[in-house]
Amino acid sequence: MSTAVRMEEIVKRYPGVMANDHITLEIEEGEIHALLGENGAGKTTLMNILFGLIQKDSGQIYLRNTPVTINSPSDAIANGIGMVHQHFMLTPVFTVTENIMLVDRSPREPFLDHEGVKRRILDIVQSSGLHVDPDAKVSSLCVGDQQRVEIIKVLFRGAKVLILDEPTSVLTPKETDELFVVLRRLAKQGHAIIFITHKLREVMEISDRVTVLRGGKVIGTVLTKETSPDALAKMMVGREVFLTFEKTPVHRGQKMLEVIDVVTRAGQACTGLKGVSLDVSAGEILGIAGVDGNGQRELVEAIMGLQPIESGDIRIKGKSTRGCSTRKIIDMGVSNIPFQRQTEGLILTFSVSESLLLKEWRKPPFTRNGLFDKKVIQNTSKNLIKEYDIRTTGPDAKVGNMSGGNQQKVILARELSRNPDILIACHPTHGLDIGATEYVRQQLLNERDRGGAILLISTELDEILAISDRIAVFFEGQVMGVIDAANADLNAIGLMMMGIRLAEIKKNNSTGEKG
Amino acid sequence: MLESILSLFNLDFLYAAVRMAIPIILAATGEVFLQRSGIFNIGIEAMMIFGAFFGVLGAALTGNSWLGVLFAMLAGSLTGLAFGFVVITVQGDQTITGTAFSIIGLGLTSFLVRVIWGIRKLPVMVTPIERWPVPVLSEIPYLGRIFFDQSPLAYIAYVLLILATIVMFKTTWGLKVRAVGENPKSAASIGINVIRVRYLCAIFSGSVAGIGGAILSLSELNMFVDNMSGGRGYLAMASVILGRWHPLGAALGGLVFGAGNALQMRLQAIGVPIPNNLLLILPYVLALLIMVSVYSRSGAPAALGVPYEKETTIE
Ligand SMILES: Nc1ncnc2c1ncn2[C@@H]1O[C@H](COP(=O)(O)OP(=O)(O)OP(=O)(O)O)[C@@H](O)[C@H]1O
Ligand SMILES: [Mg+2]
Repeated sequence: MSTAVRMEEIVKRYPGVMANDHITLEIEEGEIHALLGENGAGKTTLMNILFGLIQKDSGQIYLRNTPVTINSPSDAIANGIGMVHQHFMLTPVFTVTENIMLVDRSPREPFLDHEGVKRRILDIVQSSGLHVDPDAKVSSLCVGDQQRVEIIKVLFRGAKVLILDEPTSVLTPKETDELFVVLRRLAKQGHAIIFITHKLREVMEISDRVTVLRGGKVIGTVLTKETSPDALAKMMVGREVFLTFEKTPVHRGQKMLEVIDVVTRAGQACTGLKGVSLDVSAGEILGIAGVDGNGQRELVEAIMGLQPIESGDIRIKGKSTRGCSTRKIIDMGVSNIPFQRQTEGLILTFSVSESLLLKEWRKPPFTRNGLFDKKVIQNTSKNLIKEYDIRTTGPDAKVGNMSGGNQQKVILARELSRNPDILIACHPTHGLDIGATEYVRQQLLNERDRGGAILLISTELDEILAISDRIAVFFEGQVMGVIDAANADLNAIGLMMMGIRLAEIKKNNSTGEKG
Repeated sequence: MLESILSLFNLDFLYAAVRMAIPIILAATGEVFLQRSGIFNIGIEAMMIFGAFFGVLGAALTGNSWLGVLFAMLAGSLTGLAFGFVVITVQGDQTITGTAFSIIGLGLTSFLVRVIWGIRKLPVMVTPIERWPVPVLSEIPYLGRIFFDQSPLAYIAYVLLILATIVMFKTTWGLKVRAVGENPKSAASIGINVIRVRYLCAIFSGSVAGIGGAILSLSELNMFVDNMSGGRGYLAMASVILGRWHPLGAALGGLVFGAGNALQMRLQAIGVPIPNNLLLILPYVLALLIMVSVYSRSGAPAALGVPYEKETTIE
C-alpha cells in the first residue's frame, strides 16, 4: 500500500494557542485512520488546513509523495481531497441534485445537466451504498440523509481522500452502523479515510490506525488491533479515565417538575406532544430516550415556555407555569442546556465572560445600580473557566473561535453554576471528548446528589443508562413507558423506541413465558 | 366622469404602461441577481440617476445617443463596483450604504449638471433615441402595438429579461449565484468564490440599472432633469420582492408600477378633481399597499443582507 497523504511538521498558531504544534501525520491508501483527541486538541484545525480552509504557518503537505500547495478548498478538491464538515454545508432550499451539481463543472457548460448529474449520483449510490433520492429537497431530509448527501458530494468530485469531522455525533446508532458499512466499502475501493470522533467504541470498530493528538501535538500513532480503549483514553487525556460511575442510591425528594397530559401543536417538521405526562423529583435523574425528533424538542420548549401548550399543565415545584415568560421560568430555578449549542446556547460573537453571565447579568453582584461590575464579572469568569476546565485564552476570547467541545463547556458552566433546582440537559456531552464527558456526567450526578432534579435528554443510550435513575422512552410525541434504570431491559427500551408500549411488551413477555 | 375614466383603459394605456415599466424592469432584472447573491441594494436609485446623467453626457460629448447608452452602462457598472466595494469588501451595512448611495447619486448628478453646463434656463438637449417598431412583430394585433412599437432600448430589456431568466435557472452560473445567496459558507466550502460572484452581480446590476436610467433621459426625454429617476429604483426593489426573486415575476411587478404611473398621468390629463401632487404618488402608494399585503420573507435568499466574512473557521 502506498501513502496517500503526508502532512509534515504542520504548525498553526492562534493568538495565545498553538493549535497545531509540528504535527506529522501519514495516511495510507485504503486505510481508515481515526484522529482522536480532547476538545481543542487541534483536530479540526489540522483537517481544515488539509482542506485549504485555513492556512498553515509552516509545514509541508505531500500527496502520493509529491509536495503540494493547498491554498483553498478548490485546490484541495483539485487534488482529490474532500471534507464532510461537522456542520453540514448544504443549501436547504436546493434539491440533492442541485447541491451536488454545484461542486463540479457541468458537461454541458454553461448549461446545467440535471439528467446527467442525476445518473452519476445514482451510480455513486449504487457503488457506495449511500441511499438518497436525488430529487428530494435537502430541507426535507433527516440528518443521516443529509450526511449521505455530503459524502456523495465529496465522491462526486472524485475525491480519493475523505475527511469526516465527527460524522457520527449527529447520527442514531442505526445510522452510524450504516455509515460504517459505507466507509468500509469505500476503503476497500482504495479511498483513504480520515475519521474524527470522540467515541472510543467507534474507533475500535472502524479504524485501521489511530493518531492521538493532545495540546496540538501528536502523542502517537498506533494500530487499532494492537491497542485498547483504556490505552487510547490514557494517551488522549494523559491519565486514567473512568467511564463507569459509582452511583449512590437515589434519595427522592419533593416532586420538582410535573408535566401533566401536555399537548402541543404538531407542525410540518415536528410531531408535537400528544398527551405527555412525567415527573422529576429532587435528587433524581430522569433520562428521556428515543430517536431524535420524537417530541424531545417540543417537551423542552414547552417546559421553558418557548412553545405554547394546547392543553395539560406544567408545574414547577407545584406551581403551574401557565402564562409565565421564559425569563420567569428561568428565575424559578430552571436551567437548560439546549440542543444546539451554536444557535440556541450561545451568541457566537460574544466573549467568554459575556456568555458565562448571559443569564445572571441583571442581578447583583454582577450589576449594581444598573451598571456592570467589571471586576466581579472578570473574577467570576476566571473562576468558572478554571473550575470547568474551559480551554481558552481568557474571559475576553470570542466563543465563536473556540473548539466545539469548549463551547459546550461554557454553556455547562453557565447553567450549572446557577445551582438550579431543575436542570434540563439536552445532549449535554454532544461533541465532548471522553475526559470532558466523564467530567460532565460526574457533574450531573453531583447535581443530583445535591438535590437537583434533572431531566436528561439524549439519543445516546449509553449516556442515559450510565447516569439516569429512571428512563422514559419517547415515540412520536408520546411516552411509551417509564422504567427503572437499574437493571433496565435493553431489549424493551429498543422496542419502545420503535413505538411499542411497555404494557404490550410486558403482556407479550408473560404470554410468551406461558406458551 | 366614470365613463371617461373607464375609457382610459385602452390600447394606448397598455402601451404607456409597458413603456413606463421598462426602466423599472431593467433595474429589477439586475436587482434580482444582486439580491439572489445575498446583497440588498437600496442604492439602485443611484445607479439609475447616474445612468440618466452619463447617458446625456455621453450623447452630448460624442453626438451619438447610442454611445450615450454605453456611457450610462459604464457609469452604472462603476457605481455597482463602488457599492460592491463598500458592502462586500468593507462589509458596510447594506441598508445604510444603499441609502447613502441614493442620496449621493441624486446630489452629485444635480451638481455635475451645473458644473459642466453652467446654470441655464433650458437643459442641454441631445438627439433622442426614437421609437422603432419591429418589422412584422409590430403588426400583430394588440400585442404588436403594446410591446413592439417601443424604443429599441425596450427590446434590449426584453432580451436581457429572457437571458437573465435562462441564466438564473438553467446555467451553472445562476445556480452559483443562488447558492451564494442562500448559504455563502457552504458555497465557499465547495470552491465557489463568493466575493467574486457578489462583485459580478453588483456590476451587472449596476450596468442594467444604468441602461434603465438612460431610457429616461435618452428615450423618454432627450435631456437630463434633476432627480429624474424619481424613485424608480425603489419601485424596482419592490418589484423584486413582489416577484419573489424571479426575473419574470419582477418584470410583472415592474408592469404593475408602470401601469400605476400611466394611470396617474392619464387621470391628470383628463382633469379628475384630485390634486396633481396626490396623483403623482399613486405608484408609490401602490407599492406600499402591495408590500404591506404580500410581503413575507418566504422565497427570499436566506443570506440576503448578511455580509460574508471569509476568515471564519468552520468547525
Ligand atoms: N479562529 C480561531 N481563532 C482563535 N483560536 C482558534 C481558532 N480556531 C481554533 N482555535 C483554537 O485552536 C485550538 C484547536 O481547535 P480545534 O477546533 O482544532 O480543536 P478540535 O480538536 O477540533 O476540538 P473539538 O473536539 O472540540 O472539536 C483550540 O484551542 C481553539 O480554541
Ligand atoms: Mg473539532
